[in-house]
Amino acid sequence: MAATTDIFAGFIPLTDSAILVAARECGFAEEERIALSLIRETSWANIRDRIAIGHFQAAHMLAPMPIAAALGLTPLSQAVLAPMALGLGGNAVTVSLALFDEMQAVNPVDMLDPASSGAALRELVRQRRDTGRPRLRFGVVHPHSGHNFELRYWLASSGIRPDEDVEIVIAPPPFMPDVLAAGRVDGYCVGEPWNSVAVASGAGRIATVKSAIWNSSPEKVLGVHADWAGRNPEALARLIRALYRAAQWCSTRENHAALAHILARPDYLDQPASLVIKAIDGSILGGRGARSGIAFFEPFAGAATFPWQSHALWFYSQMVRWGQVAHTPANAEAARLCFRPDIYRAALTPLGGALPGANAKVEGALKQPSPVGATAGSLVLAADGFFDGAVFDPDRLDDYIATQMPLRTPSA
Amino acid sequence: MSTRLPSVLVVDENAVRAAIIEAGLREAGHENVTIVADVRGIAGEIAILEPDVIVIGLENPNRDMLENVFQLSRAVKRPIAMFVDRSDRDSMEAAINAGVSAYVVDGLKRERVKPILDMAISRFNAYSRLERELEDARGALQSRKIIDRAKGFLMRSRGLSEDAAYALLRKTAMNQNRKIGEVAESLVLAAEMLGDRDGSND
Repeated sequence: MAATTDIFAGFIPLTDSAILVAARECGFAEEERIALSLIRETSWANIRDRIAIGHFQAAHMLAPMPIAAALGLTPLSQAVLAPMALGLGGNAVTVSLALFDEMQAVNPVDMLDPASSGAALRELVRQRRDTGRPRLRFGVVHPHSGHNFELRYWLASSGIRPDEDVEIVIAPPPFMPDVLAAGRVDGYCVGEPWNSVAVASGAGRIATVKSAIWNSSPEKVLGVHADWAGRNPEALARLIRALYRAAQWCSTRENHAALAHILARPDYLDQPASLVIKAIDGSILGGRGARSGIAFFEPFAGAATFPWQSHALWFYSQMVRWGQVAHTPANAEAARLCFRPDIYRAALTPLGGALPGANAKVEGALKQPSPVGATAGSLVLAADGFFDGAVFDPDRLDDYIATQMPLRTPSA
Repeated sequence: MSTRLPSVLVVDENAVRAAIIEAGLREAGHENVTIVADVRGIAGEIAILEPDVIVIGLENPNRDMLENVFQLSRAVKRPIAMFVDRSDRDSMEAAINAGVSAYVVDGLKRERVKPILDMAISRFNAYSRLERELEDARGALQSRKIIDRAKGFLMRSRGLSEDAAYALLRKTAMNQNRKIGEVAESLVLAAEMLGDRDGSND
C-alpha cells in the first residue's frame, strides 16, 4: 500500500479553504501519500457537478450542500458525505457605508453585539416600510449555505422577517465587494477575505460576524462523493489525517503569517496577505475577540474539524424554517446521516488525539469553554452560544422547529 | 404547436461564443433563441421568455444565482431540472468536460432536448479549440520576439551577423535537445541579468 493516491479537490477562493491549501502546500498530504491537486472553482454548482461526475474526489463545500443533495433539493442530487468539518466561523455581515451610518445613528454598531446592531436594523426596516422606501437587499452566497441561515437567524431574532421585510439575493463570494460598491445590495454575508476587501476599498463596514451570531458555529465541510468514499476508505482516512494535521498547523499562531502568504497567492485567493491574515489571526475583530471569548475563525481547537451531527440537524432545522423542505422524520434522518463522525473517528484514532466521544451535542449550551467526553486525553470545547440565548437540542428537533415558526411574523 | 422546437436561452458573457452557439442552433432550425450576456435581471427575463432550455457556461460565476432563480420559480410551477435525464451520464460528462451546463424545463422530452445539448457541447468544444489555437499563435509570436532579441544580443556581444547568430542559437538548441525559443529565452534572461541593454523593454 505504498502507492500514492491522486486526489483532485475543488475549492472556492475563501480564507476557510485554508486547511485544504495547507495540506497541499505544507506537505501534510504528501506525508500521507496523497498527491493533492486543488482546483479553484467559480461556483458551488460547479463543485457539486464535478463531484457528481468524478472530476473531483473531494471538495471545499458549504456545510448544508450535502444535506440539500440528500434531500433532493438541488439539480444532480448525488450522495455526498461530510466526514470532516473544515473549521468553525469565518463569515461576517458587511453593510454599505450609508447603511452603516444609518444603523450607527440608531445604535452604536458593535460587530460583537448582534443584538444591538439587529435592533438598529429593525428600526431602519420599520422606517423604510413606513415611508414606502424600497426594502433593504442583502446578498448571500447560496440558498443552502451557513451564510443564508446565519443572516436569516440574526434578522429573525432581531424581529425582521427575512422574506418579507428585506430581500435576499445570491451572488458569488469574490463579487460581493463590487456588488456592494455598485449599490446593488445594501449588505451581504460572506466568508473572508471578501468582507475585509470591501472594508479596505471603502465600500463597506462590518456590522456583525458569524461567530457573534452563533459562537463556534459550523461553516465549511470536506465533501466527498459517497461512492468514492465507499470504494476508497483507506485513501479517505489518509486524506482526513492529512487535513487534520494541516488544520493543527493553520491554528498555530507562529504559522499565521506564512498561511496568509500562501493563501494570498494568485492561484488561491489572489488578494493581499495583509487582508487575508485578518481572519486567520482574528485581527478582523479589532483585537477584542480573545477578551470576548469569540474566535472569528477556528480551524482546529475545540474539535473544530469534527462533523457534529447536531450541526447537520441545525442546518436541516433552518431549511425547514425557511420553507426549503418539509419536516419529516425521514428527511431529518437523511440530513443527520450526511455528517459522518464515524469515518472521522476511524481515520484519526490511530493518531491518538482527543476526539469527541459523542456524535451530537446540545448547541448553544456552553457559556464558557468546557471539557467534554473524549476518546483519549482531554478535550475542551469553546463556548458556543447563540446571540439570542436560544439552545438547540437535537433530541428535541420537533420542539425547536415549532418554536421557531412564530418568528416569521414581525415583532417590529 | 407540440412540434414547435423548444425555445432556448443562452447565458454567456462571451459574445463571440454566444454567437457561435446561436448560429448553430439557428442552422438546426431553432428560431426561438435568446442570448443574454448580463445576468442582472435574469429572473424577469426568464419569466417573460419562458425558455424550455437554458444553456450556461461553467465558468460563469452566476450559476448559483441562476439555480436559486429556478428554485424560486418552483412556486409558479416551472420546475427546472438539469439535463434531460440524470441517468444520462455520458452527455452530462461530455457537457461538463466541454465547460457547459444546461437546465431543462421538467417534462420536456429527452429526444427534443438532446440535439440542443449536443449542439451546445460541440460548439463549446469548437470555441475552446479556437481559443487554444489563438493562445498557441500568441505563444509563437512571443517566442519569435524573444529569438529576435537573443539574436540582437549575440550580434552585439559576439560581433556575429544575423544569420550566424541564428545558426548559433539553432545549433545550441539541437545540442541541448531544447526548443530554439527556450534557448533564446535563457539567453535573454542571462543577458538582462548581466546588464545588457538592447533598448527594448518587451
